[in-house]
Amino acid sequence: MALLEIENLTVTFQTGDGPVNAVNGVSLGIDTQETLAIVGESGSGKSQTAFAAMGLLAQNGAATGKVRFDGKNLLELPQAALNKVRSQEIAMIFQDPMTSLNPYMRISDQMAEVLTLHKGMSKRAAVAEAAKMLDAVRIPDAKARITMYPHEFSGGMRQRIMIAMALLCRPRLLIADEPTTALDVTVQAQIMQLLGEIRREFGTAIILITHDLGIVADFCDRTLVMYGGQIMEEGATTDVFASPSHPYTLGLLKAVPRLDRDDDILQTIAGEPPDMSRLPKGCPFTPRCTFRQDSCADIRPALTDFDGTRRRACHVPTQEVA
Amino acid sequence: MSDTAKEPILSVQDLAVTFDVQPEGAWPWTKPLKLHAVGGVSFDLKPGECLGVVGESGSGKSTLARAIVGTVPSSGGRIVFEGKDLAAMDVRQRRVHRKDVQMIFQDPLAALNPRMPVGDIIAEPLVTHYPNTPRAEVKARVAELMDRVGLLPNLINRYPHEFSGGQCQRIGIARALILRPKLLICDEPVSALDVSVQAQVVNLLAELRRDMGLSMIFIAHDLSVVKHISDRIVVMYLGRFMESAGARKLCTRPEHPYTQALISSVPIPDPVKERARKRPVLEGELPSPLRPPSGCVFRTRCPKAQESCVRNLPAISDLGDGHLVACPFHAPAEVLAPA
Amino acid sequence: MFPEKAVADGLADAAHLAEVQGRSLWKDARIRFFRNQAAVASLIVLIAIGIFAVFGGLVAQYERDFIDFSLMGANQTQGAPSFATGHYFGTDSSGRDLFARTVQGTRISLLVGLVGAGVAVVVGTLYGAIAGYFGGRVDGFMMRTVDILMSIPFMFVLILMLVIFGRSILMLFIGIGLISWLDMARIARGQTLTIKNKEFVEAAVAIGVSPMMIILRHIVPNLLGIVIVYATLLIPGMIIIESFISFIGLGVSEPNTSLGALISAGAGQMQYGVIWQLLFPLFFFIITLFAFFFVGDGLRDALDPKDR
Repeated sequence: MALLEIENLTVTFQTGDGPVNAVNGVSLGIDTQETLAIVGESGSGKSQTAFAAMGLLAQNGAATGKVRFDGKNLLELPQAALNKVRSQEIAMIFQDPMTSLNPYMRISDQMAEVLTLHKGMSKRAAVAEAAKMLDAVRIPDAKARITMYPHEFSGGMRQRIMIAMALLCRPRLLIADEPTTALDVTVQAQIMQLLGEIRREFGTAIILITHDLGIVADFCDRTLVMYGGQIMEEGATTDVFASPSHPYTLGLLKAVPRLDRDDDILQTIAGEPPDMSRLPKGCPFTPRCTFRQDSCADIRPALTDFDGTRRRACHVPTQEVA
Repeated sequence: MSDTAKEPILSVQDLAVTFDVQPEGAWPWTKPLKLHAVGGVSFDLKPGECLGVVGESGSGKSTLARAIVGTVPSSGGRIVFEGKDLAAMDVRQRRVHRKDVQMIFQDPLAALNPRMPVGDIIAEPLVTHYPNTPRAEVKARVAELMDRVGLLPNLINRYPHEFSGGQCQRIGIARALILRPKLLICDEPVSALDVSVQAQVVNLLAELRRDMGLSMIFIAHDLSVVKHISDRIVVMYLGRFMESAGARKLCTRPEHPYTQALISSVPIPDPVKERARKRPVLEGELPSPLRPPSGCVFRTRCPKAQESCVRNLPAISDLGDGHLVACPFHAPAEVLAPA
Repeated sequence: MFPEKAVADGLADAAHLAEVQGRSLWKDARIRFFRNQAAVASLIVLIAIGIFAVFGGLVAQYERDFIDFSLMGANQTQGAPSFATGHYFGTDSSGRDLFARTVQGTRISLLVGLVGAGVAVVVGTLYGAIAGYFGGRVDGFMMRTVDILMSIPFMFVLILMLVIFGRSILMLFIGIGLISWLDMARIARGQTLTIKNKEFVEAAVAIGVSPMMIILRHIVPNLLGIVIVYATLLIPGMIIIESFISFIGLGVSEPNTSLGALISAGAGQMQYGVIWQLLFPLFFFIITLFAFFFVGDGLRDALDPKDR
């Protein structure tokens, strides 16, 4: 059953150089208890898609399209109703826990605020519940340390605190925007293990936004690849990794160095990340694509289904992409 | 091969770097705390070799790099470059040393002066050490290097903010190589770049190293990248040496518990392999470098820790073929293979 | 964005591609500045005042120290501003042409402001950059000196100096120059501390650039943004100080005059119905200050640190 459905989302920013589309006609969905990875590099629009769904766009940004959650279009909800959805139904955690936690407030106050606001709990009950959640995310000595300030915790701990805060109201969907990018690899493994446990224990659906193909391979049921504000391909993680159907995914998988392989030279994707204010009319990946045809620059490839549950947006026939 | 070719170009012996840190909110005259950034690290680098240094935050790898370049003073041990002890050099010799050892940095844009055109940035080492070079020659050299690293020479008057991250890193590489140094130290050169651009820069570095016969020290926290480009790898934790071996050997059959935990934490972009792997997760938190654990610094998180680890610094075992482990309880483990 | 290198290689004359002009951060700032209408208007005003100060003397009908005896005693009625008599701004209480006097006053006031700011920029920036870059004891000593000098009540010292050594323009410049650089040194030092931790400074050290060259080539150009903004806001401060000194009668001596002295004289004559003697110098005083403030604000917005 679909939990969140995004339909034809376009996010436009008014910049000094005119309007720029960070996200261009993106449609995706996630079911209850499912894990979806949105993979992309800078300029892919993956984070802005999530921000748009949560109503967190910057001042100069505007979103059109539909973001359906529980039958309601989140983009059209009034502020009060949107606030209810946030935290209680959909929660988000961000890349840098230091800037996402208020450095001037104790952890207990920040976490209790969520519960007193959304669940109408008393301060005491809220702090007790928060301490329980900190225990669940394995913060040692939670009851004593909950009164400390964010800067007194390490990066990994702060990320756990953010996860705990996000889970306080038992949301049905958790959006994690690059949750481990700023962390050491051993801490990353701890956090990913924690997210796995949360998924099993609370049944939360998780959208994992990242550029790291490694954590996607282990954690997510389905993978969606974005580039230049558009979806390139989508499918079950095992399928996308085993037989990528889009030149960009293919290039990405070949460019990542792997511990278990001894490559002599990494196969690169030529060129630079896209300039969002100057995208080609057709497929945004055209300038860097080794399979490009004449129609690619002018005609935008439609996102078509194939092979059951997979989708791809490319003019080049599937069997030729290898 | 002559004997001199086998002499290490760089020999780091028991290097220690300690910083004085003012405790928070203390009076100006209280004794400062000691932050042990690097403690007792030793390794040799052969000419033309690429040594990877891997570690997480607080491992001291960046401080190690800076001590070798000379921007940070060492507090103990010796750094011997081409037979000469760095600490014993006078000012003039130090200047010459700078020509031979160059560095590229983690944040490509921040490593370039935003107010200087890139032509001047790349030319700066040349102009500093050879101030009498005629302008035309300087320009020619700059153009030559820009071409070498894959930048169009006609962009010589552009400013850093007009380039992308990958291009800024190329500019940094051009600047580092204009004096044809013997040793290039790369401090997390690709961590801030997109995946598709990382591969370009890594390939470029490998190519330049071959063509120019550079010796390289490649520092990163991403073991996959380090393994790809390095001949040998040194693993550091909290400023101390853990293990070093040939790149392939270290990744397939590490002996030190920390290395094993590190490798098992690295995700492989292959769903089938990933889900089949047994991946023990390293518990616990990094201790503070102001109060490192006694004995072996890894003992607070080590699955094999014993009583003796609290009292004694781990002795370094030589397993042959350049494989060194700082752990009395070392045992090989094939962490990349399926369970 | 940039043409593929491989593509360029394919072109026969890749090596002869014309050099592209870079878009420096200063250019960006200039574009931003000129979008700010208030700042541009103020800049025009400042330029106008500058022209007035430099060339006003050519337009004046009278010498600045020419006493028009024909108006003696009849100042109230015949000393008013008029085109007929040639006294465009009227006359002052001694019968001198106020227009010429105002030109003179504006000239002196602007000079004081600019020299003061100039000393501050050159001396203060270098001092602060050196202290900030070298740090440690050098920094401690240099900045403690600044602290001590700052705590000396400047006004009293200046007045004392003027009383002891006599009033002269030179004394005024010396006095103002002695204190204007202190604040700037503090600001430059603070900014230097931020800059010196940036990686490009570390890169310069690693290259082997000498400390003095690092300060001049890497630190100072990145300080200039803040320095320029502060200097533009320093100028009105200097003018106000000088005007105060002149207002209390210790400023430049006759026949030289400054806006402050003119305002003082004009204020003293207010009850005699010769209000123009106050209004004209006051007007110039106010719009000069306003213009500098607006330009300073515009510069600050244009040189937004986010760009660095």
